[in-house]
Amino acid sequence: MSDKLSEKSSDVGGRGKVVATTAEHGNQAAPGPGTVPAPAGRPLKPNRRRGRRDNWAALAWLAPALVLIIGVVLYPVVELVKASAGRYSITGLRRGSAGWDNYAHVLSHPTLSTVVINTVVWVAAVVVLTLLSGLALAQLLSKEFFGRKVVRWAVIVPWAASLVITARLFTLIYDYYHGVLNRLLQWLHLINTPIDFLGDDRWTMTAMVAVGVFVSVPFTAYVLLAGLAGIPDDVYEAARIDGANRWQTYRHVTLPLLRPAILVASVLNIIYVFNSFPIVYTLNDRNPGFIHDTSITFMYKLAFKSAERDVGMSAAAGVFNVLVILIVVLVYLRVVRWKENKP
Amino acid sequence: MPSLIRWRTLRPVVLPLGGLAIATVFLAPFAVMLLDALRPSGDVLQSPPTFLPRQWQLSTFGTILSDERFLNWLRTSVIVAATSTLIVLLVAVPAAYFTARFTFRGRTAFLLLVLVTQMFSPTSLVVGLYREFFELGLVNTYLAIILTNSAFNLAFAIWILQSFFASIPKEIEEASHLDGCGRVRTLSQVMLPLTRPALVTAVIFTFIASWNEYVVALTLMQDDALKPLTVGISSYVTGYEQHWDQLFAASIIAIIPVVILFASIEKHLVGGLTAGSVK
Repeated sequence: MSDKLSEKSSDVGGRGKVVATTAEHGNQAAPGPGTVPAPAGRPLKPNRRRGRRDNWAALAWLAPALVLIIGVVLYPVVELVKASAGRYSITGLRRGSAGWDNYAHVLSHPTLSTVVINTVVWVAAVVVLTLLSGLALAQLLSKEFFGRKVVRWAVIVPWAASLVITARLFTLIYDYYHGVLNRLLQWLHLINTPIDFLGDDRWTMTAMVAVGVFVSVPFTAYVLLAGLAGIPDDVYEAARIDGANRWQTYRHVTLPLLRPAILVASVLNIIYVFNSFPIVYTLNDRNPGFIHDTSITFMYKLAFKSAERDVGMSAAAGVFNVLVILIVVLVYLRVVRWKENKP
Repeated sequence: MPSLIRWRTLRPVVLPLGGLAIATVFLAPFAVMLLDALRPSGDVLQSPPTFLPRQWQLSTFGTILSDERFLNWLRTSVIVAATSTLIVLLVAVPAAYFTARFTFRGRTAFLLLVLVTQMFSPTSLVVGLYREFFELGLVNTYLAIILTNSAFNLAFAIWILQSFFASIPKEIEEASHLDGCGRVRTLSQVMLPLTRPALVTAVIFTFIASWNEYVVALTLMQDDALKPLTVGISSYVTGYEQHWDQLFAASIIAIIPVVILFASIEKHLVGGLTAGSVK
């Protein structure tokens, strides 16, 4: 933002005009592009007959979306719930109804508490670290500097790479015997003996979180960058005229205006990180049991990779997962809106 | 303002250096990937490891590009990602435009449905998806993964387009109505050109998500020739054979189209986002 300040500072004569445009902007309260989840506009002609006709028109305009959502998202949910009430053989054949047994088995699973704690740590750590790094990165990328384009392209690479392959790559980088990370840390004299990042229980979660942040920062930075681009220059100009220093401008101008973009970035991150499968699954491949699993890999392993091999129990865990993420996001949105209403 | 002046002299040095550091952090793992693609698989698993190959081997990229299995997987990925992206645009644009501009019964319910859909991932529903496509006889078809990718990326596209349409002043459309344009023409000739940044965002998110989707394709596509890249190239390194060089050479080839797509429309993504506030 300071580049905008310094560029503008030479334009002394234009000050009066700038203040005027700022005021105008305030009056119109036009929703800028930064306000991503903006409330929708009102109807063009709010009369009654038009409204009734719109009900039918709506069906035509929304039908394809409804068909896809109901057919490919909601129907599988129904199938999942049905499966969660079934009794299955180890090979996946249905053998009648299980009632609530599968849910009871999930809730009484001996490693459930470990899985829950892992999930909370994983989601909280990755989301918070991603947002903080994303904010810093977006701030840097929003400025003009030599080589900015190259940096922007570099940042896109972890986003463009498949998560499965990135996870595979990191199993190799972290490896106790063949990994270049240990080699690099030893070469820098940061450690004396290699660390078994994926085998040592004290390190596994940290290693997973680092990869999680690494792959989440790029798109987060882009969402925030779009938000920064939507903040009009004259707001900064006004802040400068009011004598705000750089930190005050960031704290009282940039952050509040960036709020919608931060909201979008945090909600998307909570959803993606909670549902993230390849990183946790691949980096844990060596470890038996569920000691570093999150609820998503726990669910998958219940069906395909554990002593249980139980589709019904896995489906029950899946239903819990769906409910948990729904509740977490809705509560988060409620909390955030509640704060927004406060002056 | 002494701090401003000092910053002005430091800026041309500090910012590019910071950028360089960031680029290094984000590219370093992929440099490891490239260097591992350029050495024999046996060298990858040497202990202690070396940063540079002990023995350079450039032939792997040629091997991969002439591998028929790889070309099949690449074709699947291109078809699936491109079709899914197109479907998302065709379906999301009308829905987003209508919800942004008109009130109708069920509007709130629809927006809530979209928000809820956003929270579901194909991974968490993979058991249900498999059962549905099995019943429909769509296991081992492009259609199954195209439908999955389209449906699960739709919510984000509708969400971002909806708010963008809502931010465009109504006066522009009213003028177009006065000129005798119907809703469809107003949308396609007046509104869409103004929405380009949001369209670009939706395209990038959908394309990347479809290109990288793994779990559903892994479960549904059992025919080797129909697998997408993500699933196919994993078979270069299994418990039985370990061709790390081939896995990584294939991965690098798989990353390139996405980076090119991104680089070609990146300036609309962010630079264009300011164009939303029409003056």
